[in-house]
Amino acid sequence: MRRETASDPRNRVRDVQHETTRFRARALAGFLLIALCLAGLGARFAWLQIGRHDEFSARSDQNRISVRSIPPTRGLIFDRNGVLLAENTAAFRLEVVPEQVRDMPRLLADLGGVIALSDDDLERFDALRRSKHAFESIPLRFKLAEDEIARFSTERWRFTGVEIVPYLTRAYPLAEEFAHVVGYVGRIDAADAEKLDAQRYSGTTHIGKTGIERQYESELHGEPGYEQVEVNVDKRPLRVIRRVAPTPGKNLYLSVDARLQRVTEDAFDGRAGAAVAIDPRNGEVLAMASVPSFDPNLFVNGIGRVDYATLLNAPDRPLLNRAIAGGYTPGSTVKPYLALGGLELGVRRPEDTVLSVGEFYIPGDTKRAYRDDRRGGHGRVDLVQAVAQSVNTYFYSLALDMGIDRFSGWMGKFGFGKPTGIDLIGESAGVLPSKEWKRGRMNQAWYPGETVIAGIGQGYWVITPIQLAQAIEMLATRGVRHTPHLLRAVQDGINQDPRLQPLPPPQPSILRNPANWNPVLQGMVAVVNGGGTASGFGDNFPYTIAGKTGTAERYSRTDETWTNIMSVAVERHEVLFEAFTPADAARVAVVVALEAGHTGAHDAAPIARRMLDEWVKDDDDGGRAP
Amino acid sequence: MNVDYLHRLRHWVERVARQPYFDPPLLGALGLLAAIGLATLYSASDLDRHLVVNQALRFVLGGILMLIIARIPPSSWRKWTPWLYGASVLLLLAVAVLGQGRGAHRWLNLGVMRFQPSELAKLTLPMMVAWYLHARELPPRWLTLGAVGVLIALPVLLIARQPDLGTAVLVAASGVFAVFLAGLAWWRIAAILGAVGAAAPLIWHFMHEYQRDRLRTLLDPESDPLGKGYHIIQSEIAVGSGGWFGKGWHHGTQSRLEFLPEHKTDFVFAVYSEEWGLIGVGVLLALYLFIVGRGLMIAANARDTYSRLLAGSISMAFFVYVMVNGGMITGMLPVVGVPLPLISYGGTSAVSLLAGFGMLMSIHRHRKLLPR
Repeated sequence: MRRETASDPRNRVRDVQHETTRFRARALAGFLLIALCLAGLGARFAWLQIGRHDEFSARSDQNRISVRSIPPTRGLIFDRNGVLLAENTAAFRLEVVPEQVRDMPRLLADLGGVIALSDDDLERFDALRRSKHAFESIPLRFKLAEDEIARFSTERWRFTGVEIVPYLTRAYPLAEEFAHVVGYVGRIDAADAEKLDAQRYSGTTHIGKTGIERQYESELHGEPGYEQVEVNVDKRPLRVIRRVAPTPGKNLYLSVDARLQRVTEDAFDGRAGAAVAIDPRNGEVLAMASVPSFDPNLFVNGIGRVDYATLLNAPDRPLLNRAIAGGYTPGSTVKPYLALGGLELGVRRPEDTVLSVGEFYIPGDTKRAYRDDRRGGHGRVDLVQAVAQSVNTYFYSLALDMGIDRFSGWMGKFGFGKPTGIDLIGESAGVLPSKEWKRGRMNQAWYPGETVIAGIGQGYWVITPIQLAQAIEMLATRGVRHTPHLLRAVQDGINQDPRLQPLPPPQPSILRNPANWNPVLQGMVAVVNGGGTASGFGDNFPYTIAGKTGTAERYSRTDETWTNIMSVAVERHEVLFEAFTPADAARVAVVVALEAGHTGAHDAAPIARRMLDEWVKDDDDGGRAP
Repeated sequence: MNVDYLHRLRHWVERVARQPYFDPPLLGALGLLAAIGLATLYSASDLDRHLVVNQALRFVLGGILMLIIARIPPSSWRKWTPWLYGASVLLLLAVAVLGQGRGAHRWLNLGVMRFQPSELAKLTLPMMVAWYLHARELPPRWLTLGAVGVLIALPVLLIARQPDLGTAVLVAASGVFAVFLAGLAWWRIAAILGAVGAAAPLIWHFMHEYQRDRLRTLLDPESDPLGKGYHIIQSEIAVGSGGWFGKGWHHGTQSRLEFLPEHKTDFVFAVYSEEWGLIGVGVLLALYLFIVGRGLMIAANARDTYSRLLAGSISMAFFVYVMVNGGMITGMLPVVGVPLPLISYGGTSAVSLLAGFGMLMSIHRHRKLLPR
């Protein structure tokens, strides 16, 4: 058929024309089809580029913009006079960029020959290396010594990809002196990380672990800044798009006085114990010592395991802040409070006397004797003499007459048995003897004999030095309580004046009749001046001092015969001393507790006197001057 | 002698000016496209001059080849067609046996240069189909259709086996378009499409696992955002974030920061879309449509059936490149390795494309001199 058509010239011409027409129709159809398809493709582009533009723009930015946070500089800590207690000092660390290192094990081995690398360093480095990109600089060694820097610098050519980088590290210039008050910062660990606001702390490596550093962590930390960085697909930063500077942490001014603190610690001469000096007018803690102490700088960049174990297991427990967490038997230091209670509750009048014969028996019970300190007793004594001489019999009978419920109710008003609420973490509650406490703790009934010994600060009593400081402060203010505190002022910015922290509104006095205060004060003045237990303490001091000694039995002595107290092993007594001055309008109160000593007057009182001597040098008489 | 020489030169110049070897609109459009391609590559390669010069050299080589081919009349090409086709099939067989290449066997190492026979088939298959149909009664019936089917299937299956699905699609399309332009009755087209639809499950069965994955990924790229869907998602982000006017030349972050994979080759269109926006895409698509239209016009004015079908199918196959590539980068079609003509980096496709346009120009030069 094809042949036939081709052989006929007429047909062929017509056929060719026909074929051309048909082809043109098809070409047109094809073109329209293609135009339609391309229009469809264009519509798809329009849908992505216009319809979903916002979505894809956002995702494109998510791809390319990475936000890096810039950690803020931590706030500084000063004493009340501006002496630096915690600062940020420049230090140098060694950093390695893994992608620039060809043979890491060899590099580390070579580097170890120039700069000491501990196993801890290498372990940490390995852990970080696994979690970071190869182009990120990873710290290997912190706190390089000057000779290490010098040695590295001369051999730098050998270590491609290794660099010395400056950084800020926390330092405590007064080291041991304020270890318990200021505390220390340490690396953020897994337990910290769980509790932290991840955004606020991204980029931050350290956090307050103890003391003020922990208590005021959120003030000290500051607000991080951030940097929007353009990154490529490997997350390698290429340029900074936007930078918002961090806000440094606030500077804190504590109420403590570094000079008084130093004198206080020196006065301990290494004996384990604690001391607190406080301003009764407002509760500002002027000194807070806990002996022995430790160097907080050890903890900043990760304390070695051996060092830590040594500190933790030392028998004298240097890590314990005895001022707020050390438990002491108060002994006779509770007597002024009890004497005041006798008057306030109407159990005694100031002129009421008690006959001290050396032994005291609960009426109807002749088996057990409760003794005085002096064989044969003190004779007939009134309140003032009882306080001055620390006559046990007076307080045995007073406690018994008062009864344990009224006793613990009254003593509780001075804050015994519960934390004072000082702005420092780790405070203990102590023990205020009471029926409720004994039932809760031992599920046993209360015995009258326990009331008797509670009257002289023995038995279940446990106090902390800060509690005693708060109590003596309340005596000094005639019953007005000011919660002890350490933070005095806060400085928001380097160019701003420190703002004094507002004090809580004054609470009403716990005294119903302020006149009751006078005989107690008389007794306390007699303790240190007249023929009291610490006679001579108040000599050569510009103001009148009121005080009270305490010599507490670490274990019971009731069934033994009398011995000269000075001949008993020192370890047998906890000795305490409390005082305030000037007696009629106190501006300072001190508490000293030693874990071992002969008597409060012999061992604790001299420390207190040295504190007062130091304090009086700076006594401004003006209260809260900056 | 000197004067005679000058005289002959002048005569030649006049002749060329009267009836040029090349088609100015087509050449102009291709030149514009090549310029856009080089500018886009310069940006996509992050200002790598070396790479742009390389690509420009390929354009020059391809251009020279185009002008040489344009000088050879279609009648000569028609005579050589069966031999060229036969040679292509043989080379494809050789690749199947001896070929080398990463993962897929596509290349034949000729010692001096590596050569991809499938590129040759892009031209020789439409030539062969045109040659066959030229001598047959048109529109084709089932028997002719069957023979053409075999001619198409032979190289296409060899290429698909390499495996190179993209090129196989392009080669098959050029053959199919020749049949379409030959006037295959619409009802037959419908019947064939119906049969293909029915055979789809069978095709699925014969696909490679990775090819199936690409189809699966296309249907739901977010199901595996960092794995197989990554290319599509990053490409859509690049395109979509371009908006109306784009981010500007060399400001496309998706490519510059290397979020977009293969951004110099198969995904270069996404770079272009990101930097020039919908306006730029519109201009580029219009340019492609113009080239296809111009090619079909040349075909419509061609002297004989062979020239018509060849010119028409080359033009329409050109569109397939754009459609498959554009569909891929916008997530409409599966990821198959089809370059964007004259813009994607790479030599072989540019050279074979320009050789095809050389044929178009040859056909244009030898068009019917009769008025329509």
